[in-house]
Amino acid sequence: MPEHLKTFEHKKRNWVGKPLKRKEDLRLLTGRGTFMDDIRLPDMKHAATLRSPYPHAWIKGINVSEALNFPGVRGILTGEDVAKMSNPFPVGVPVPPKYYCCAIDKVRFVGEPVAVVVADDRYVAEDALDLITVDYEPLPVVMDIEEAMSPEAPVLHDNIGSNIYSHRFFQYGDMDKAYKEADLVVKGKFHFPKYGSTPIETYGVIASYNPFSEEFVIYNNYQGPFVNHSLVAIALGIPENKMRWIVPTDIGGGFGTKTGLYPSIALIALAAKKTGMTVKWIEDRREHLLASATGTDRVTYMEAAVKKDGTILGLKDKAIDNTGGYIRAPEPGCAYRSTGNHTGGYQIRNLDREVLVVGTNKCLTAPNRGYTCQELYFSLERMIDLVASELGMDTAEIRFKNFIQPDQFPYTTATGGIYDAGDYQKVFQMALDKIDYKKMREEQRKAREQGRLMGIGFSTVVDPSVTNIAYVTLALTPEERAKGHPKSGSGEAVIIKMDPLGKVHVIACTNPQGQGHDTVISQIVADELGVHPDDVTVSNVVDTHDRVYSITTGSYSSRFSSVVTTAVVTAARRLTEKMLKIAAHLLEANVKELEIQEGKICVKGSPDKSMQMRHVAGTAHWNQAALPEGMDAGLYETCLYTMPTSQPPDELDRVNSSNTYGFMAEAIVVEVDPETGEVKILKWASVHDAGTILNPALLEGQVMGSCAHGLGGSLYEEWAYDENGQCITASFQDYLVPTAMEVPKIDIGHVEIPSPITALGSKGAGESSCMSVPACIGNAIADALAPLGVTISELPLSPNKIWHLIQKAKKKR
Amino acid sequence: MKPSAFEYFTASTVAEAISLLERYEDEAKIIAGGQSLVPMMNFRVAQPEVLIDINGIKELDYIRQEDDEIVIGALTRERDVELSPLVQEKCPILAEAISLIGHASIRTRGTIGGSLVHADPAAEIPVAIYGLDAKMKVVGPSGERTLEPEEFFLSYLTTSLEPSEILVEVRIPVLPQKTGWSFVELTRRRGDFYIVAVASILFMGKGGVCKEARICLGGVGPTSIRAEEAEEILAGQVITDALIEKAGQKAAEAADPESDYHASAEYRRDMTRVFVQRGLAEARNRAKGG
Ligand SMILES: Cc1cc2nc3c(=O)[nH]c(=O)nc-3n(C[C@H](O)[C@H](O)[C@H](O)COP(=O)(O)OP(=O)(O)OC[C@H]3O[C@@H](n4cnc5c(N)ncnc54)[C@H](O)[C@@H]3O)c2cc1C
Repeated sequence: MPEHLKTFEHKKRNWVGKPLKRKEDLRLLTGRGTFMDDIRLPDMKHAATLRSPYPHAWIKGINVSEALNFPGVRGILTGEDVAKMSNPFPVGVPVPPKYYCCAIDKVRFVGEPVAVVVADDRYVAEDALDLITVDYEPLPVVMDIEEAMSPEAPVLHDNIGSNIYSHRFFQYGDMDKAYKEADLVVKGKFHFPKYGSTPIETYGVIASYNPFSEEFVIYNNYQGPFVNHSLVAIALGIPENKMRWIVPTDIGGGFGTKTGLYPSIALIALAAKKTGMTVKWIEDRREHLLASATGTDRVTYMEAAVKKDGTILGLKDKAIDNTGGYIRAPEPGCAYRSTGNHTGGYQIRNLDREVLVVGTNKCLTAPNRGYTCQELYFSLERMIDLVASELGMDTAEIRFKNFIQPDQFPYTTATGGIYDAGDYQKVFQMALDKIDYKKMREEQRKAREQGRLMGIGFSTVVDPSVTNIAYVTLALTPEERAKGHPKSGSGEAVIIKMDPLGKVHVIACTNPQGQGHDTVISQIVADELGVHPDDVTVSNVVDTHDRVYSITTGSYSSRFSSVVTTAVVTAARRLTEKMLKIAAHLLEANVKELEIQEGKICVKGSPDKSMQMRHVAGTAHWNQAALPEGMDAGLYETCLYTMPTSQPPDELDRVNSSNTYGFMAEAIVVEVDPETGEVKILKWASVHDAGTILNPALLEGQVMGSCAHGLGGSLYEEWAYDENGQCITASFQDYLVPTAMEVPKIDIGHVEIPSPITALGSKGAGESSCMSVPACIGNAIADALAPLGVTISELPLSPNKIWHLIQKAKKKR
Repeated sequence: MKPSAFEYFTASTVAEAISLLERYEDEAKIIAGGQSLVPMMNFRVAQPEVLIDINGIKELDYIRQEDDEIVIGALTRERDVELSPLVQEKCPILAEAISLIGHASIRTRGTIGGSLVHADPAAEIPVAIYGLDAKMKVVGPSGERTLEPEEFFLSYLTTSLEPSEILVEVRIPVLPQKTGWSFVELTRRRGDFYIVAVASILFMGKGGVCKEARICLGGVGPTSIRAEEAEEILAGQVITDALIEKAGQKAAEAADPESDYHASAEYRRDMTRVFVQRGLAEARNRAKGG
């Protein structure tokens, strides 16, 4: 750890670490949650969005007159209005495409908004959509990542002149030397699919505009980061303080998808302004599956320079991401977000990277739980297995060979990541033990003799948490960055107060989506203040006018466990400090002599000299005169905690792109049906080091969910398009999310290596296995199919796809 | 995803439903469980101007045995058929097929009649109905007709029902004891519409000989089909592994599948072979009492 950085001492706790039931359960399980669609404002009208049926076309004209005359219709917003009323969204690439919240003269993907109808109810609004006629002139489409870069490809944005939004080269260490010292070079090409998270609650916005104060009030279920509040203000051409966002108490899942909501916020805001109505829009599932947001698909070319003993000396890769018809913030983050952990859990010091972000006629992207770590690790962990197979080495052994050692922490990676704490050997060993690895290899040998296709796969990956927004600026060269405005940070704000009767209330704005933040906050505060978790209430919503929040506020990048917990602890300690000062004054003692015990503040060693904490609180609020001189009355403390490890990139493009770094080892045993290509999971161990465990029940939920999400990306989920640019997975009949029937038993294990840079030692586990599972299942299936000469380089592995791979390999033989 | 406007009527007798259908003809649609119709209306793929709700026609909700037939009213819920002891004993292949439809909540609303009239080429019930040689009883303004599966199903989502006719009953011959049967299918996830489905029924004679075999394929054409040449391979034979293998290959030749996102035509054809072979092996086992 850089010397100047603050580290925390961790002590034993009463409540943190216990599997407390969620405080939120009562309201959620009795149907008393408040989600977007529960909000009904007086005189509210309803919007429906007309969406492009074409992937790429000029809009020659729009005729809305018939729709406007339809009974119940209150107004219609079209691209022409949007061009007049707003600006394109800013985005951090050298030549930004003109991305408005609605198509203006050209559509670039199926589902792109073309007009908004505001009507008395949603039914009428949808009826009116059918009455709008749009004159499209279809254009040729480009759907494939690599074809998008070809000079012959149709160009989406004339102002850019090509389909390349971002392009950079990076060099870390000395790759030429690595090649020279290498015994061999192993090459691979990998294609990771476009897939999403499909939260149960879709996007929702209710907007109104006051023409006198020129102020927008917008309810929405945006999950953060609140940097996009500024971007929407810029797009709407208004001062930021004239736009109030209110996020309801409950969000029905986000997983990154809801960071892609902000263009819709601008769109409905404009519809409200134009019609003068309060306008509600709830995205329906078809809109969601056509036009919300997915993670990027990625093509990666990778080469590893290796020694015969399995040591990986260096990596050279070229990764091409695809943000679809436009690029919008936080993209091109997809290409840069995992910079600090690009070499995963391994001691790889030399890297040559080429990074491209291109556009095609597909739906736009946003972070998707794991934010491109699944793409990264699919190529990296498949590569490790390719190297092992090339060297005839065991796939577990090669990982042990290259791991960072426990005594090397804190470990600074070649790309600038500062890994805070870890013991990768221990985590991986636990996973191996859980599946009984030796025995599995023996069973595999026997299975192969019988012609059965059994495979064992691993992935051992670093789980980065708490994004440092600095990484986005890697899209610019060091010279360009030097001229611009640097960015860095990862803060989160919390207010804690003790009321005059001695109970505690915490005001947070973490935008929870079901993770149980209120419960954990209560556990932490209970420990810090010596009260019971039931004595702590939490109000946890975002309101940009009423709350103290930071530009990075929100629930994404697994930030709660590290940064919010530290903010809560810090605020609670400030509160304790103040109470001790008051008690010391009243007991005529020295602060150092005091201790807190079961709701009392006592002088150590003299049990009769004590005060109830609620009396201290009472004094603080009710009797200003009794307080130490110069002290403000009341008991309120605020902490906006920022991780000191969040620094801008250096001139060598090194960046600590996250702040805490957990670790995960996945071990999965599969059997592939050689006739049908179906995959059966026989064993699955998932072992995690998320640092100190805050609440084991909640952690279990996160791990299960992320395993299921990873399974989805491995075998089922894909945002698929045909060659004409039509999305062919626009309903849940074709976009296949794994259900309880598809998720096998998972043996979850934990190793707790506390982080020195967070108050409780916790790291983060919200994204977790969705980063490691696709690579692991890919490796397991590749291992199963190895006797047939099949290699795996793409996902999702549907039975149909596996069957075709098997047939192709058979023909070759 | 809101339906376009429609007028809504409830019928409490078959006669009432028919007179409403006569009045509105093409503009009207019957709604039973709504599990296929409502999603289609929400997608605006179907935009009926009039809905005739038959959920109140209690006389169409029954399962009973009449001589050598199980008769089921068109409005009987899929779940009730699946769990009926009579069906499980006398026609277990139908119960098995239905258990593979979607999820319990869907089967609790969806009706056997609705599934048949909807005629989805990836639905389970039609495959079983073909295999069982069941008959569909339909009633219209000019009286009653009874249709064989081949007469009833015409193509994708199309039956020979006239606009003012309704399906009232399905009549299924009881399977003799010791009949070998199986219903197997390939799906991406549990409960999904299948990629291929195969219903196999082996009527057994003396000495372990199969008197008659029925192999019915789903997912490989616009309607379910009988793989007749494959059936002939087995008729009058003691069923051996070699015969099963041959029957599978023959059945695959009968398949006329198309490609879609989930499965290519070649894959579907080969899976027809695999699932006919697996299905026949399972049916043979059952015939042996295994
Ligand atoms: C999520 C989901 C998954 C599903 N999965 C499967 C599956 O795996 N396999 C499968 O086979 N099915 C599946 N289904 C469909 C389900 O089986 C439906 O219930 C069934 O196909 C239709 O029955 P219904 O009673 O709901 O009919 P409705 O939806 O009410 O009607 C369907 C059609 O039949 C007509 N109709 C209904 N009853 C009559 C009648 N008595 N006379 C004349 N016309 C009539 C209607 O006019 C309409 O055209 C699924 C449905 C859902 C929602």
